[in-house]
Amino acid sequence: MRLSSGGDIFRDRPLTISFDGRDLGGFEGDTLASILVANGVRVCARSIYAGRPRGLMSSGSEEANVFVQVVSGAGEPMVRATEIEAYDGLVTESLASKGRLLDLPDTSRYDKRFIHVETLVVGGGRSGVAAAAEAARAGGRVLLVHDRATIARGEGVESVVGMGGLTILTRTTATGLHEHGYVVAVERRTDHLAVPPETWSRQRLWNIRANEIVLATGAHERPIAFAGNDVPGVMLAASAVDYVTRFGVRPGRRAVVFGCHDGVVDAARALAEAGVEIARVVDARPWAADEVKQGTEEGSLDVRAGVVIGTASLPDGTLSGAVIQARDGSVETVACDLLAVSGGWNPALQLLTHTGGRTRWADEAAAFVPSQRPQHVRVVGKASGEFAAALRPEPLFCVDGPGSDPADIFLDLQRDATLADLRRAVAAGMRSVEHVKRFTTISTAADQGRSSSVLTVGVLCQELGVPMTEGVTTTYRPPYTPLTFALLAGRDRGYLADPERVSPIQDWHVAHGAAFEDVGQWKRPWYFPAYDGESLHDAVARECAATRSSVGMMDASTLGKIEMYGPDVGEFLDRIYTNLMSTLAVGKVRYGVMAAVDGMVLDDGTVARLSDNRWILTTTTGNAAKVLDWLEEWLQTEWPDLDVRCTSVTEHWATVAVVGPRSREVVAAIAPGLDVSNEAFGFMEWRDAMVGDCAARVMRISFSGELAFEVNVDGWRGQALWEVIYEAGQPYGITPYGTETMHVLRAEKGYPIMGQDTDGTVIPQDLGMSWVVSKKKPDFVGKRSYSRADAAREGRKQLVGLIPSDGSSPLMEGAQLVETGVDLTRVPVPMVGHVTSAYDSVSLGSPFALALLADGANRHGEELQAVDELVGTRVRVTSPVPYDPEGARRDGN
Amino acid sequence: MLSICCPWCGWRDELEFSYGGQAHVAYPANPAELDDASWSEYIFFRDNTLGWFRERWVHTAGCRMWFNAIRHTVTNEFAAFYRPGDPVPEMPVEVVR
Ligand SMILES: [Zn+2]
Repeated sequence: MRLSSGGDIFRDRPLTISFDGRDLGGFEGDTLASILVANGVRVCARSIYAGRPRGLMSSGSEEANVFVQVVSGAGEPMVRATEIEAYDGLVTESLASKGRLLDLPDTSRYDKRFIHVETLVVGGGRSGVAAAAEAARAGGRVLLVHDRATIARGEGVESVVGMGGLTILTRTTATGLHEHGYVVAVERRTDHLAVPPETWSRQRLWNIRANEIVLATGAHERPIAFAGNDVPGVMLAASAVDYVTRFGVRPGRRAVVFGCHDGVVDAARALAEAGVEIARVVDARPWAADEVKQGTEEGSLDVRAGVVIGTASLPDGTLSGAVIQARDGSVETVACDLLAVSGGWNPALQLLTHTGGRTRWADEAAAFVPSQRPQHVRVVGKASGEFAAALRPEPLFCVDGPGSDPADIFLDLQRDATLADLRRAVAAGMRSVEHVKRFTTISTAADQGRSSSVLTVGVLCQELGVPMTEGVTTTYRPPYTPLTFALLAGRDRGYLADPERVSPIQDWHVAHGAAFEDVGQWKRPWYFPAYDGESLHDAVARECAATRSSVGMMDASTLGKIEMYGPDVGEFLDRIYTNLMSTLAVGKVRYGVMAAVDGMVLDDGTVARLSDNRWILTTTTGNAAKVLDWLEEWLQTEWPDLDVRCTSVTEHWATVAVVGPRSREVVAAIAPGLDVSNEAFGFMEWRDAMVGDCAARVMRISFSGELAFEVNVDGWRGQALWEVIYEAGQPYGITPYGTETMHVLRAEKGYPIMGQDTDGTVIPQDLGMSWVVSKKKPDFVGKRSYSRADAAREGRKQLVGLIPSDGSSPLMEGAQLVETGVDLTRVPVPMVGHVTSAYDSVSLGSPFALALLADGANRHGEELQAVDELVGTRVRVTSPVPYDPEGARRDGN
Repeated sequence: MLSICCPWCGWRDELEFSYGGQAHVAYPANPAELDDASWSEYIFFRDNTLGWFRERWVHTAGCRMWFNAIRHTVTNEFAAFYRPGDPVPEMPVEVVR
């Protein structure tokens, strides 16, 4: 019920909100919760498991009962009613302690800020504001974050607004305190607005780095558990007062106030002044006397020693009375619709414990207080356990009165967990609160036990008969309040989630209808449909046939390229590659394999020597960054004496591969200055030449087994080069092809793709590439591992080719290889290998595959089954080079 | 997110760096002379220290230089940052809390 005056609300600005389909009136400055109180909505939610009616138990961030889904505006799956600032048109629906995701994409904008300050103050209450003022006066940058709309102000509070060096962020919650003064905070910028400005982001994630952090996070009132303590109408005492003072609403007509410290009398007075009839103040302290205290203008307070042992309720489940046991044991039920309870205060130390801070139970404060804190963290005010003497309770956590059912005494309202659950945990032998937490689920809900955790520790100590000083709270972890994934992603969503890299020839590919595939961050042409709707299969068959019979062209610009400079490059490459590189002559190119120290294949590529001191090497498209890291690591950390510089030049060069028996004619036509004869320009050599009007470096290297020329030009000239080649190739029906055809062509020749046909268990010898492992060099990275017993053992998986025995059944990548005759229904099925690459081949006239097979080198000609989805396909093992094994096509016709 | 001092660039957020594991595990001078056990020790075995630990970092998204640090593996406190080849700083005395 709304009072005629009072509260920090704007009575001249009325608004209407919707809760579960009901329109309710309120004012600007209200929260959803205060509007529910003002409109007498007492049952606001159902409990998660038992479905019991629940009402507001607080007015703040400790609320454990009333969570709603916000449907209006940007929407939010699960928010405390006490933390939603009302605006006209707010639409909400109640929840049973479990959020509901909207199925719509979150279209709000989120952004991130980084800020460095000398002092960060968390909490804008009195002590927080005082700490911020002090720090600002001392000079330096100060940031004050406060989770509500306004910081403390008024009598006794210095105004800090406008102070030099001080930044104030309201509606901002610090959600994590990490090492080295790093704090994450979320600023809610528009959730309280009916019509947010279009240009504003909804929330900001603040990445704060502070030299000093002052925690002025205050304290949460601690409930007392008793039978029926979850009935709507049972509320924390300070929250009941808060509704009166902050919002001018009355949470009940007739109240019983129950607690174990002097503060409850103050709470009763404040409620009485707002016109709440105080039926009884129940003081649980052992020395409490029955007395009538003078208090209010209307009358005096009837304070009696005793405890509340239960509640009475109306048919709708809401509170109708408090069952009170007096000191002498007599029991009576006092009618009331509000039962305001206070068991003392819990300093809000969640942030402190995020990064190594500890708490201990202090009898003098009757609370867990900071006992160990990181050097740069200070705790002030109520958060430090400095309560006014009146607020220090004689601790009381749980009243298990005569006739009470422990299953009605709720310890965690959000989890519907009761004293009965806790006793079951103790009976099962649990002593640690961490175990009890996991057994009962207490304090595992969205609030991580903000209202239940300390209560549970108290009850557990009581059950175990140990003093509170032996109790510890469960570990709190970030985030203090839930953060949305969209906020964490910020702008890095959709198109901006990951950089998209394209070759300089991309425009041509798009204009000519290429289908693309992702290779790492690169968009690469996958195949070039010749007509609308040409299938991948048909296009690849056509592209392969054209390339093997005449000439094809491919954009190879995405290959990683690293230029190396210095007198010691040859020596360095000898140590890094398994084969010898230093003997490479200027003008020549060599294939090489890199291994890790354990001997396993890391990457492969070509090395070209450009001059005595200048080299360029290529890496697989996806490995370019990893290989550069690898080279730099060895140079810097092991061999700083080597004079070698590495520069990534992947993007500097556009590369077009001209591939096939007619490629020589094509290149000759556009590079008249280049003698392309096999005698003048041999395999694995490079030449500088003008190609069209582009200055180019032409390499005779081949990833298809065909005669091929890879033409490298300045990236800016890539498309011009492509067009020149395409034009010159027309008489030969030159056919652009993409990655799929490239894969078929290379697999037909048994060229493995490192990372596809290999994994972290494959050494070069397993690939039939012993020839690439130098016997001459005294050492290279990985060499020693090849003399380990494991490298020589029988049964290593080795690269083989597979052809379906019937000549037509398709093979699947990832299929497991199983001996013939093995019953696939009897698990475990013994597996001897797996398919790593599989394609259909026009050249072979059949599907084929590459596979890693145990002892594969010795099994050529044998039959196996390749099993996919429990269906076995008979395959014949072949050499891993099913096409042109003698290499006759390399130099063309 | 840790705050890390690159000996070349100064203090930066952890997101600019990559971790490189235990420091001062040198590539053996002559691997061929090692028996299998010693070679395996070099490849596969690293300390798993509770307390002060010498470790490697690289300023991947910065100057790309490798360096060493002494970090407490429980508190994440850093005691020193130093370049490869620099004199190796003393380990701090373990503070028992
Ligand atoms: Zn740096």
